[in-house]
Amino acid sequence: MSDDTDDTIAETETLPLDAWHRRKGARMVPFAGYHMPIQFDGIVSEHNWTRSQAGLFDVSHMGQIMVTGEKAAEELEKLLPGAIASLKPGKVRYSLLLDEDGGILDDLMVTNATPWIEGDVDAGDEGRWGEPAYYLVVNGATKWEDIGHLREFIDDDVTLTHMDEHALIALQGPSAATALNRVMRNVIDDMVFMESVTHEFGEWPLRITRSGYTGEDGFEISVPAEFAESLADRLCAEIEVRPIGLGARDSLRLEAGLPLYGHDITTDTDPVSADLGFALTKKRREQGGWMGHEKVMHVLENGPAQKRVGLAIDGRMPAREGAPIYSGDTQVGRITSGGFSPTLERPIAMGYVDTALASEGTELEVEVRNKRLPAKVTKLPFVPHRYHRGN
Amino acid sequence: MARYFTDEHEWIDVEGETATVGITDYAQGQLGDIVFVELPDVGTVIDKGKDAAVVESVKAASDVYAPISGEVMETNAALEDDPALVNTSPEEDGWFFKMTIGDKSQFDGLMDEAAYKSFCDGL
Repeated sequence: MSDDTDDTIAETETLPLDAWHRRKGARMVPFAGYHMPIQFDGIVSEHNWTRSQAGLFDVSHMGQIMVTGEKAAEELEKLLPGAIASLKPGKVRYSLLLDEDGGILDDLMVTNATPWIEGDVDAGDEGRWGEPAYYLVVNGATKWEDIGHLREFIDDDVTLTHMDEHALIALQGPSAATALNRVMRNVIDDMVFMESVTHEFGEWPLRITRSGYTGEDGFEISVPAEFAESLADRLCAEIEVRPIGLGARDSLRLEAGLPLYGHDITTDTDPVSADLGFALTKKRREQGGWMGHEKVMHVLENGPAQKRVGLAIDGRMPAREGAPIYSGDTQVGRITSGGFSPTLERPIAMGYVDTALASEGTELEVEVRNKRLPAKVTKLPFVPHRYHRGN
Repeated sequence: MARYFTDEHEWIDVEGETATVGITDYAQGQLGDIVFVELPDVGTVIDKGKDAAVVESVKAASDVYAPISGEVMETNAALEDDPALVNTSPEEDGWFFKMTIGDKSQFDGLMDEAAYKSFCDGL
């Protein structure tokens, strides 16, 4: 951030569904540079609705970036620690942007969006894969820096397109598939978690990905901004679907044990400490060639000083970001996000603690307003994931 | 019985030498779902404007300030089991604590119901 005068502080911008949210009675707050709905009816009822039915979330603040070119995969692999070149078309992978020190610049989803070009089957031409394309979804607050970082390190032959005229709508919950199936027949039948398709819904070109940030089954639908309101209306016309604000999005992802960038993961944390080792593909750990590799391998080999853990806190008083964690008289960590779990009806938190104290069941204490609250290291997620992984 | 309001969205009922304190319907609406209320210990002497209680919603913790000075006589035990009373009945069953009235002149700066209503309308 610059410390320049007021007029350089970016104005809070509006997203394609701004007026739609206001009509639905949203309370709007500034978030990641945009006016965003924090809640509609209330965080707890929206949270519980998403866990039992389906919630519609506007996540259009997130950055959608298309990376295209013959060398797109190998260029992305210079920055991402996951296997991108072996990611098949239509498949999605969670990945990280790392700095030279192995610090986390952002977390993101990568989809192999390479198009299939239909051939003339009668002439014996079955078709072919088009120019390699990778669809990235990055965090809203970091998207401009991500684009700068990608542009700096990726070869100029590879094109980056910021899809800033697209909205992103997430439909999440156990009834999400039922509702979406009723709106669009035969589109998601064969899809499982972490798969993505394009679909022409009338004149609306959509990208539908089976993924999300709630721990539930669900979809993220990329739609041109001009059709976003109509799509939101179509989905909310289904009896199972209600609009859900950022407040419940946060409590849902916390229960699902999913880290929030800028809080649970930052440039001061590395993928190993953050317990995101699954994003470091085994082969790529060995081969290297990605930014931060040396530092991350050092942490992998020597073990991290601290680890991200879940904490279940006794009583009803929530412990929030910044609260110190103690073992006896010694501070052994800090909470990075915490709140009250509507599903479990108790306070839960994530934080970093010394590795020796990171094993499940370890009894610790957190300090809130000079009071010590008993807290136990708990397996993540707090609420089991219910992704649709197929049979 | 007189009821006063503060610009911090607390209400105070005055009955004889005792004041009952809670937060207003407007305040609970702004805070959203309340999951925990931290009340002062009985016997605590609090000064007007200083922290008296903390209200935790799903999203955040908010301080409640003492609307007047005095000593805490009783706290609402019902909030321990059912903090959502503050959402469902903020100005009756969801009261926070009862306190002595240290200085009656401190009521002078507070609002009555009509003044508080127009104050909220202006927000």
